[in-house]
Amino acid sequence: MDFSFTKQQEMVRKVVSEFAKNEVEPGADDRDLTGEFPEDIVRKMAGLGMMGIPYPKEYGGAGGDYISYILAVEELSKVCASTGVILSAHTSLCCYPISKWGTEEQKKKYLVPLAKGEKLGAFGLTEPNAGTDAATQQTVATLEGDHYVLNGSKIFITNGGKADVYVIFAMTDKSKGNHGISAFIVEKDFKGFSIGKIEDKMGINASSTAELVFEDCIVPKENLLGDEGRGFAMAMETLDGGRVGIAAQALGIAEAALDETTKYAKERQQFGRPIGKFQGIKWYVADMATRVQEAKMLVYRAAWKKQVGKMKSTDAAYAKLCASETAMYVTTKAVQIFGGYGYIKDYPVERYMRDAKITEIYEGTSEVQKMVISGSLL
Amino acid sequence: MNIVVLIKQVPDTNEVRIDPKTKTLIRKGVPSIINPEDKNAVEQALTLKQKYGGEVNVVTMGPPQADVALREALAMGADKGFLITDRFFGGADTYATAKTLSTTIKTVFPDFDLVLCGRQAIDGDTAQVGPQTAEQLGVPQVTYAKEVEVSGNKLTVTREVEDGYEVIELTTPALLTVVKDANQPRYPSISGIFDAYEVDVKKITNDDLKLVREELGLKGSPTKVVATTTPDTQRKGEVFTGNPKECCGNLIDRLNQRHLI
Repeated sequence: MDFSFTKQQEMVRKVVSEFAKNEVEPGADDRDLTGEFPEDIVRKMAGLGMMGIPYPKEYGGAGGDYISYILAVEELSKVCASTGVILSAHTSLCCYPISKWGTEEQKKKYLVPLAKGEKLGAFGLTEPNAGTDAATQQTVATLEGDHYVLNGSKIFITNGGKADVYVIFAMTDKSKGNHGISAFIVEKDFKGFSIGKIEDKMGINASSTAELVFEDCIVPKENLLGDEGRGFAMAMETLDGGRVGIAAQALGIAEAALDETTKYAKERQQFGRPIGKFQGIKWYVADMATRVQEAKMLVYRAAWKKQVGKMKSTDAAYAKLCASETAMYVTTKAVQIFGGYGYIKDYPVERYMRDAKITEIYEGTSEVQKMVISGSLL
Repeated sequence: MNIVVLIKQVPDTNEVRIDPKTKTLIRKGVPSIINPEDKNAVEQALTLKQKYGGEVNVVTMGPPQADVALREALAMGADKGFLITDRFFGGADTYATAKTLSTTIKTVFPDFDLVLCGRQAIDGDTAQVGPQTAEQLGVPQVTYAKEVEVSGNKLTVTREVEDGYEVIELTTPALLTVVKDANQPRYPSISGIFDAYEVDVKKITNDDLKLVREELGLKGSPTKVVATTTPDTQRKGEVFTGNPKECCGNLIDRLNQRHLI
């Protein structure tokens, strides 16, 4: 058993870490307050080939591996979880289904500019009445000659309003239940497609979360992604990959919170000594560090399995459940150890705690991960 | 323009601590990086290549693990990497290092136009290897280069000095040492990282250079380290009391005693 990273993976981590510290971290607190989407940063990431790490060069990617991509999400999320999820949603949820099920024409037209970062991607599955119960799709796609007509709406869509290309799921045959769901590639300028409400969130404020509205939206027939009726299975497989990305985001947040905590515990003096000298704090820190290590193992293992084509839904579920709950645990403890300073915005742990919460919710709540895991056992 | 960039892999001094007992650097577990101003030299070379064409060859001397530094420079956009590595090169001071580097340049890049180095390395802080290499190559040099313009075989170099700038003209072949204010080194691209490991880094040993052993490594180094010490951080300040004239007199006496003035 070999736990070491390749030289390439180590260099990717180093370069993304330097980029994150120099380019992403400086404005992260401000963007959290203003909700400004980091367009400049995404453009720079594109210039460095970060928007298509695991995709082949012939399709605009960096020709790298999945683990390197996961390391990039982790390193970005250490300084800015919003930037982490922008990359994760783009790479795992939009580029992936197009690379896996797209025709050659679709890949050339959409994957190439996406993986180059010339265009930003998003994924639309969730609806007001189709959250965890994703099969209850109410968005409808009707074939009319050479095009489909989409009607309905999607909510809570990461990169919504900022993305150029959306992978959208809609019911093409209601009588077939989830076997009647199909996937479509929708461009932001397609007639009948508009952006609805932009959500005001608890955390990951610099990422965009929006409602997508389809009113007689015309989607050319050639933009059907994969076979008609296969959409639900495609969405579930795509989300398995997405969950590894979110797990890496959660891991990055947890690591950042642990790092801030150890620094603070060494500096903060109470009762004449650094608080890190007190057993109560030592035990907290040991528990936090141990849970970070657990999350690392599961995230990297899932990424490796994805890389070698052996990943099962449970691998992604273990990683996401563990990493997101670790992020919540570690950030909550960090705020507690910082005391009053943890609750105000002068220190970043308050932001980490708000950012961590979403990782237990989106791309499958912790409870959904438990359904996946228990479903494989019982 | 045929450019050779000399880089050095150094321990990241932000992470280095001193062993209080042995007074030496604790290198264990300390990440290695490309010496920061050597990255400025790489950036300068890549900028010149973009403007005037040519080839950027990056050279480092060091143990086999210095390969990583070359790969990083390749990922930034350099064309080829060369690792000068041989156990006979170990323990070299700046003189022996410059000897090895200049011999490599003469042997492998006889038609070079420009050699670029960083101003100085953050581990040794000598700033000697660049100038010594220029001397041994017998080419003109400009240290502390901030800006470089090229016109045919003429270089116009703006050189940073303490109280301003000097503008110096010289002809190629030449050697410049580059300061950190010269530019902002680019990040290696992610695709560049994967490409960098697809190419071979050429290894150069003394079989290629054919230097006599006495000129190499520790043997070829006139510098002898007698002892290393760390400054005593426990020193206490001394407060002079009395009227200002007495205090100044005492201060001057004390500085004289210590041969500080």
